[in-house]
Amino acid sequence: MSFVLNELSEQVIAAAASHKRVLVKGSGSKGFYGNPASGTTENMILLDVAAYKGVIEYEPSELVMTAACGTPLQEIEKLLDEQNQMLPWEPPHFGPGATIGGTIATGLAGPRRMSAGATADFVLGTRMMNAEGGLLRFGGQVMKNVAGYDVSRLLVGSLGIFGPLMEISFKVLPKPLVEKTLRHACTINQALDLFRQVHARSLCISASSWVPKEGKNGHLYVRLSGSGVAVSQAKTQLPGDELADADARAFWLSLREQTHPFFNDATIWRVAVPPLAGKMNEAIPLVEWGGAQRWLRQVQDTRHVRHNAQQLGGHATLFRYPGPDAIPGDGVFHPFRSNIEGITRRLKNALDPRGIFNPDRLIKNL
Amino acid sequence: MMAQQKPATALNEFSAFIAELESVLPPHCILSRPEEKKPFECDGLTLFKEIPAIVVLPENEAHIIHVLKTCKKHAVPVVPRGAGTGLSGGATPHSQGVLLGVSKLNKIRHIDPVAATAVVEPGVRNLAISEAVAQYGLYYAPDPSSQIACSIGGNIAENAGGVHCLKYGLTVHNVMRVRIITIDGDIVELGSAAPDSPGLNLLPVFVGSEGMLGVVTEATVKLIPKPEAATVIMASFDSVKAAADAVRDIIAAGIIPAGLEMMDQRATQMVEPFVKAGYDLNAQAILLCESDGAPQEVEDEIQRMTAVFEKAGAVRLQVSANEQERLLFWAGRKNAFPAAGRVSPDYYCMDGTIPRKQIANVLTQMADMERKYGLRCANVFHAGDGNLHPLILFDANDPDEIRRAEDFGAEILELCIKVGGTITGEHGVGLEKINQMCSQFTRDELDAFMAIKRAFDPEELLNPTKQIPTLNRCAEYGKMHVHAGQIKFPELERF
Repeated sequence: MSFVLNELSEQVIAAAASHKRVLVKGSGSKGFYGNPASGTTENMILLDVAAYKGVIEYEPSELVMTAACGTPLQEIEKLLDEQNQMLPWEPPHFGPGATIGGTIATGLAGPRRMSAGATADFVLGTRMMNAEGGLLRFGGQVMKNVAGYDVSRLLVGSLGIFGPLMEISFKVLPKPLVEKTLRHACTINQALDLFRQVHARSLCISASSWVPKEGKNGHLYVRLSGSGVAVSQAKTQLPGDELADADARAFWLSLREQTHPFFNDATIWRVAVPPLAGKMNEAIPLVEWGGAQRWLRQVQDTRHVRHNAQQLGGHATLFRYPGPDAIPGDGVFHPFRSNIEGITRRLKNALDPRGIFNPDRLIKNL
Repeated sequence: MMAQQKPATALNEFSAFIAELESVLPPHCILSRPEEKKPFECDGLTLFKEIPAIVVLPENEAHIIHVLKTCKKHAVPVVPRGAGTGLSGGATPHSQGVLLGVSKLNKIRHIDPVAATAVVEPGVRNLAISEAVAQYGLYYAPDPSSQIACSIGGNIAENAGGVHCLKYGLTVHNVMRVRIITIDGDIVELGSAAPDSPGLNLLPVFVGSEGMLGVVTEATVKLIPKPEAATVIMASFDSVKAAADAVRDIIAAGIIPAGLEMMDQRATQMVEPFVKAGYDLNAQAILLCESDGAPQEVEDEIQRMTAVFEKAGAVRLQVSANEQERLLFWAGRKNAFPAAGRVSPDYYCMDGTIPRKQIANVLTQMADMERKYGLRCANVFHAGDGNLHPLILFDANDPDEIRRAEDFGAEILELCIKVGGTITGEHGVGLEKINQMCSQFTRDELDAFMAIKRAFDPEELLNPTKQIPTLNRCAEYGKMHVHAGQIKFPELERF
């Protein structure tokens, strides 16, 4: 074990011995996401895992990278960029210091999610620290691996409730040869119709969005990625004008990082629904992922937005909020179905029996 | 029969158990005569055979709920089974338990061509999904070699792969939602048609859990548009190393082929008389590399692939001229297993995955093992994702050959672990590789798996003794994982 890992391990052991809880912290870029941890300085320690950093292994021809949890995403993306490769799920940073550990622990994905896959689709292996300060290795560095349960993918988006992810191996992909973005003025209904029409067609759409402008009017953005031939053929099948490359990159970045003016609000709800779900009876959303991810602001009634999301086969998360008082009684996440909550609690008990890691981050009293 | 070997009280209890099953399931769903149970004695791995106490073939979800609840009440083990094509003994019956076959739940419930999804019952055959949705220009991507026979329930239990998963992903990437029945008889839905669900990412834990966490009664699978065109290149190399390097070069060039498979000379010589695919029998290894997409796109990619292979020293290159030829090139690859059956009374198929850069090294060491064990081994495998399928040829009538084949296989798996790989890429652990789990994982890691199992099934009734070895088992195998020379609890006696 490296010096830094040893230090972290000792902190966990000491915390467990003195019946303290452990709040795992990276750069803090995604600390806003999830329920706040309960605890005071007397009964909880901050485990700063950002100090454990560095790319452990990267061989471009293997399409696999292994990195320590504190490795900045910026550093990882720079290394990949030099080899013309990328993180396929286009993760948001939400801060200059964003680390790979926080990226995996939150499991958030960016514009390429629907075409490339979710964060968990690319995670091949993890090393997690347990309450005894030991490291458990799940999965590995190879593409196909069915030895034991796929715990690594369970840890994606687990908000560290089972323990800190110390090392992560993930699959990377070559960058597409060509990328072009089309913009088209239309209403939200027209955009949802178009998403429906293209959903089952092979048009090399790597990202799509509808951004409201005034009322139901706005702009549809479609990003095409692939070979030159595929992109130019797809362009002829879709409405809209081509954006300059720099403008297109800036636009998708502003969605990924939520620096777009739409997100300039203290309260943001995220609604995830089946891509072809109809319109929600709500304030006008910003739509992404071919209709499957919808962002709402100025939501008046929490129960209403949750009910609507559920009616459409999805769920609603209070993504950003001004302060703890704004959190609904059942937490920021959509209430789990009762048998799912039961499994969640039993799994927590199975992997963190003393219940020391990241209390309450996922659900209350867990 | 198991009941006869047990004391009278147990016999009575087992009769009560059967009576309770019969109260809901029709008589033709319960098989208890030896000749009825015999066909279920093993799955695709015939080295392990066991006659189950009883075979139950439910016809609907309500039956499955009743069977599981009754098993729980009477503490009877239950082994779920799909089509029985698995290659790791995951569906080997339990001599004192129920063999629960789901093959009668074989309906495609719903196809949504606009959403590109299908809702299917677990007994639906893998290929039947693609056949049913072909009219919409769609297909289901994972294509294990057994796809004409294997069913989606088993695919989910094993996280099945196939030739096309290099580009299109494994079962875990193509199943969006499962409806499962727990050992308590509860209905639980994991995953969703939405891109994510509230809370933990539970679906991937279930996929590949080998029937140990619950029984699937329904799944929503993702369908993808059928590519307009597909072309395959067949490239010959005069050394295994050159072929392995060419695999690396293709990926390094930023190309993700639709399939990238390798066959060594023993494999081509084994299948060529059988399928007459025109394989280069002088080559030490051949690669099959496929491109799919729009016609122009395929043409461009084939040019890029050809350039990479030429630079990598391919001694012969053939590009399929039409669909018929493409299928012929693949026919040898897809028929490697039956071909092995023609040249050898029995064969043993291994399934380790290794980093691509280790392919040449591992194949070379396997050639040494052929001499060590005095058995032939043919290699035909998913080179693009480093998933080996060595076929060890042996004669099951010779007990010594069986032992040598098993030892040969075990040594290959140990080698896979040593070079940074895994003991199973897509066939599962089952009973077959349970010893090597002790090598690949530490006791703490195995305990974590067991804890997850108990979170779903506290009494360990669902497919017990599979996939996760007990402490005793590992001690017997002599492969306690030792970290930095430190063995845990050195004061304990080991045997």
